[in-house]
Amino acid sequence: MVKWLNETGLEKDVVVSTRIRIARNLERYRFPHGMSLDESAKLTDEVLNAMKNFSGSRDYKFIKMNNLSPLDKMAFVEEHVISPGLIQKPDYSSFLLRDDENITIMINEEDHLRVQSLLPGLNFKEGWKLCNDMDDFLEENLDFAFHQDFGYLTCCPTNAGTGLRASVMVHIPSIVMTGYVNSLIQGLNKIGLTVRGIYGEGSKAIGNLYQISNQTTLGEKEEIIIEKLNNILYQIINKERIARNTLLEGRRKEMEDRIFRSLGLLKYSRIMNSKEAMVHLSNVRLGKEMGIIKDVEYDDITNLMIEIQPASIQKSIDEELSKEERDIRRADLLRKWI
Amino acid sequence: MLCQRCNKKDATVHYTKIINGKADELHLCDECAMGNNEFDTSFSFHKLLTGLIDSVQAEPMEKRDKDIECHFCGLGYREFKQTGRFGCANCYDTFKAKLIPLLRGIHGHNAHIGKVPKRANQDIVKRREIDKLRDELDVLIAREAFEEAAVLRDRIKELEDQLGR
Repeated sequence: MVKWLNETGLEKDVVVSTRIRIARNLERYRFPHGMSLDESAKLTDEVLNAMKNFSGSRDYKFIKMNNLSPLDKMAFVEEHVISPGLIQKPDYSSFLLRDDENITIMINEEDHLRVQSLLPGLNFKEGWKLCNDMDDFLEENLDFAFHQDFGYLTCCPTNAGTGLRASVMVHIPSIVMTGYVNSLIQGLNKIGLTVRGIYGEGSKAIGNLYQISNQTTLGEKEEIIIEKLNNILYQIINKERIARNTLLEGRRKEMEDRIFRSLGLLKYSRIMNSKEAMVHLSNVRLGKEMGIIKDVEYDDITNLMIEIQPASIQKSIDEELSKEERDIRRADLLRKWI
Repeated sequence: MLCQRCNKKDATVHYTKIINGKADELHLCDECAMGNNEFDTSFSFHKLLTGLIDSVQAEPMEKRDKDIECHFCGLGYREFKQTGRFGCANCYDTFKAKLIPLLRGIHGHNAHIGKVPKRANQDIVKRREIDKLRDELDVLIAREAFEEAAVLRDRIKELEDQLGR
């Protein structure tokens, strides 16, 4: 089981996970894209030294990017524990991971530091507390680049100010099936929210999963940015639940057929690619949401959606596999679970 | 039809480019088309952002000759306009005047009202006090009240030492 799923969260019938990250930079260093290897090593040392003063009850593990195999790197990305951006320049990047994997401190991604909290279900309150507390600790020990007018200074001006990106991953098959998803995306864009696929910028939506986050970071307090997102999210949650009931009332047989077909395929297939698996797991999740399938937990499905990804499959048996071998292995894994 | 570039594989991508009324046709195989920048239709965030920088700061051509440069990292404003990324935190001060309209364009705001690091908070208070004392000092010196001015000067020095200057 992916570790960060062990926490509690709300509204799991729609919200898969909550992620918050804050971007911070240190004074007297160039931003990562322009820094030398020496500079990046010095900055990393400075952060590690600061962490020595950390007296919290949790342990942090320090992981250097170039000590990881390509498989391990990708598996961390698939788990959402690190961002895809962190593996771009492995000689410069590293991260600190809390033992429960709910917090990551990424070093030398686009910014010097990106503190991320990751929790299952909807849990902005705890997510923000985790980030904010870690930020409070770090700022006592490091000189953060901060400007009286512009707030926390970031490499890209789109992150300046609070440096805060709050995002949730939602599973909204009923909104998709009833044809409202495009108008939902347009509506969210109009009010300053971004909608993306599950692996961030530029990735496609698979398995009815969408990531919703704030777009602007300057001119509002952190708590307000989060509260606004939270309020809008509840509207989406309600909309999904209404759409779900409409489908159940009007097209029950069709829904049952769709869900049990997927369950059948997951149970008996011998070869399955990840895209197909995501589609069927999404349908099983829908089955749970509609009360048609009972003996399954939401987090188990989330866990499987991660474990069937290409790198995670190979990491679980510590062996590199061809695409064909992976598809066979994936089908095995899914059969065993069902 | 064979690919016009490698002349080996079948052309599968057919492309007509019309610039100022002049049409150019291009027939490429998958592989060659992938390597052709003209087919790069991805809208990365940075590309969109640089578009915004241009629209906020459309200047007449002749004014562009002189480039502002950050003294810490050496980034020029022209380069920033291309990449949409700053070189260091100091760039924010270097390009401050141009930055305000840009930040307004991106965020709808140009001033941070959120969290302030506790230490920076104290520093900001101290800097503001130093500015205030300096003004008072000027007044005292103009009045030739040197004894009082000396007290203020010491206080300013003390605050500056605390700021680590």
